[in-house]
Amino acid sequence: MDKELKFTWSDIIKYGAIGGVVAVYVILIGMVVAFNERYIIAETLTLGQIALFAPTFLLAYFAANNARKIKSLSFSIIASALAGLVTGVFVAALLVLASKVNIREVFLNVSPELLEILHFGKDSLTGATIMIMIFNLAVGLLGGLFALTPRRWSNAILMGASLVALMGIMQELMSITFGNKDWFKPVSEFIYAKKGLSWGGTALFMLLGILGSLWRSSASLHPGTKIAKMPRRQQQTIRIASFLLGLIILLWLPRFLGSYPSEILTTVGIYIIMGLGLNIVVGFAGLLDLGYVAFFAIGAYTVGILTTTGKLATMEWGFWMALPAAVFLATMAGVILGIPVLKMRGDYLAIVTLGFGEIIRILVLSDWLKPYIGGAQGILQIPKPSIGDYAFKGPQQIYYIVLIGILLVGYIAWRLRDARIGRAWKAMREDEDVAEAMGIHLVSTKLLAFATGAAFAGLSGAIFAAKLGSIFPHSFNLIVSINVLSLIIVGGIGSLPGVVVGALILVGLPELLREFADYRMLFYGALLVAMMLVKPEGFIPEKTHARELHQKPLEPEVAPEAPAKEAI
Amino acid sequence: MTLLKLDNIHTYYGNIHALKGISIEVDEGEIVTLIGANGAGKSTTLKTISGLLYPRRGKVYLGDKDLTKFRAHEIVKMGVVHVPEGRRVFSRLTVMENLEMGAFTRKDKDGIKKDLQRVFELFPRLEERQTQVAGTLSGGEQQMLAIGRALMSRPHILLLDEPSMGLAPVLVDLIFDTITELNKQGMTILLVEQNALLALKVARRGYVLETGRIVLSGPAQELAENPQVREAYLGGA
Repeated sequence: MDKELKFTWSDIIKYGAIGGVVAVYVILIGMVVAFNERYIIAETLTLGQIALFAPTFLLAYFAANNARKIKSLSFSIIASALAGLVTGVFVAALLVLASKVNIREVFLNVSPELLEILHFGKDSLTGATIMIMIFNLAVGLLGGLFALTPRRWSNAILMGASLVALMGIMQELMSITFGNKDWFKPVSEFIYAKKGLSWGGTALFMLLGILGSLWRSSASLHPGTKIAKMPRRQQQTIRIASFLLGLIILLWLPRFLGSYPSEILTTVGIYIIMGLGLNIVVGFAGLLDLGYVAFFAIGAYTVGILTTTGKLATMEWGFWMALPAAVFLATMAGVILGIPVLKMRGDYLAIVTLGFGEIIRILVLSDWLKPYIGGAQGILQIPKPSIGDYAFKGPQQIYYIVLIGILLVGYIAWRLRDARIGRAWKAMREDEDVAEAMGIHLVSTKLLAFATGAAFAGLSGAIFAAKLGSIFPHSFNLIVSINVLSLIIVGGIGSLPGVVVGALILVGLPELLREFADYRMLFYGALLVAMMLVKPEGFIPEKTHARELHQKPLEPEVAPEAPAKEAI
Repeated sequence: MTLLKLDNIHTYYGNIHALKGISIEVDEGEIVTLIGANGAGKSTTLKTISGLLYPRRGKVYLGDKDLTKFRAHEIVKMGVVHVPEGRRVFSRLTVMENLEMGAFTRKDKDGIKKDLQRVFELFPRLEERQTQVAGTLSGGEQQMLAIGRALMSRPHILLLDEPSMGLAPVLVDLIFDTITELNKQGMTILLVEQNALLALKVARRGYVLETGRIVLSGPAQELAENPQVREAYLGGA
């Protein structure tokens, strides 16, 4: 750590106070109340309580972690408990204040429900205060113990707890999805109570998570090590077999899951296609494009205009005829945007592309173009795609178009990455001047990056229009660009599987949690900040970025910080 | 035989007149050095040759071809390669990836492999460190890598910009030994240096640049003995 090695009592209080401020913030923005209806473990633990105690846990975790670096084990445990207690003081103070004075006029979320939650079933204010203190102390202690558990075990426990939380959150979705299946009833009766997981379910998922994590982390049992020992041919067979198995699961998924989860998957898929495109521009070629939504809009509006049968009907083409036109126009737009920004780098490029995105959105919204593209009223009655008699009428069918789109685009991105142009992008990303001196044609390399990225977004937009059946300007806000960029960052810039993971986390998860909606941007922000601090290379990092951030220690004779010893 | 010829080159940065009529000749197989103070236009001259900058007036000839009509990436293909100032390696890529980037314009896999061997013979250190990330190499190794990467495009003429910059004296000697060695193997080299003494030692001829103009030129030996040069660049008589 670059901080000086010191951890004193005042540091403990500092950690506790940070936790307290965060906890009070979480309470005041209404998260605790909003999440309180969602039980994770029946009659025991709600999501609101998790939100309430998460700051305590995290700060106690950090306190114990940092204390342990220089102080004794017992001091670290005391540090975590004390930090928890300090956090508790803040929460308790809020409760006392809210009970004595009416602060609701300023803080709307300090409602009677909140006070009830904070009372933890005790009637008297004193009792509630004591309860808050005890709970925070206990949670702090847990956080500390968690920090001091060996890494392998703490990872396993984290995995188990995450699985429990996920299954708890998914209860409603599970019953919507599988409610009418015969096998679901007995399963559901075992793992779920009326609201939240039953104790049996909790234990089961905890155990599954722990065992799963331990199995993965043990070198001898990990499937990767076994496969690596096999002969090459066999390895290849396994690879092909697992690819086919994955494909079959993907093909079968919408039938298994039903309509609503397929809807979520389709949305995630549309973002994956966009993410793969922006990943080429930002991840491969290193050109920060903040107006990426423009190409998505162009793709969507092209399909909209060409296929609609409503008021604005023009050609009334089928989806499959409009699709290439959408991709083509988006690609052209990519080139057109590319030409003026050829000489721009970094911040300037970001600002110009940002402007381009806004220009497209404002054009779409304008009165000037209203007779052709509907202005704020958008384009309605966009027919669903069909092949012969088979109509892709709902999310369960559109899913397949999205899946094919992802496979196609993913394959193209993968091949381009390893091709000559991929190397040129990489060189350009690392150093434009040297790339040029190495004989790389910057103009065509840049334009190709913009054009490919735009083509993918055009495809994505086209599918988006067909999926919704109507499009409106507000679907093409700046926030779409930011979402796509965020999912690339979270997944790992430049990494193809990272795009999928990023989209599942940033687009998929919020859809599962309706309570999330109001706090979506807060979570995005918090997640991005946390990622930058803890895992800046993303969940599935690309090789170059991982190397940069986690360089193996070098032999001292060549350490860059010791130029005096540059002996050869 | 003249390989490279600059004829009355004028290059501007915006309104700043950086090169005010530079004429230089480099014969096949010789080392020619450009010396001069900071801001004299040494790097600008190299950038103009390699196509990273366009001259407003004047011509650059490679044999009988006018390089000012070509773009940077085409000039590389014609065998003129520029090693930029300040060890600009691709710092996040490995040594091997850097060298592969050097061969970007080429498609003959066998030839590339052969040249890779040649670079490793010249700089055994790079072979040992081929999987290491370039940014973590020492300064000397980065300079070796920058030169090695340039060699991978199999140039006829190498434009070296300040290869000694910021290196320890031992390493400067090593880099200059390599430059001499490359030249013995037949490589033509245009060397830009602030370390005039050393540059004039390895070069056959030299040009002295001052605020965008050539003020003196001649055989390296003579320049090194010239009192004006000695006073200005070699730390007094």
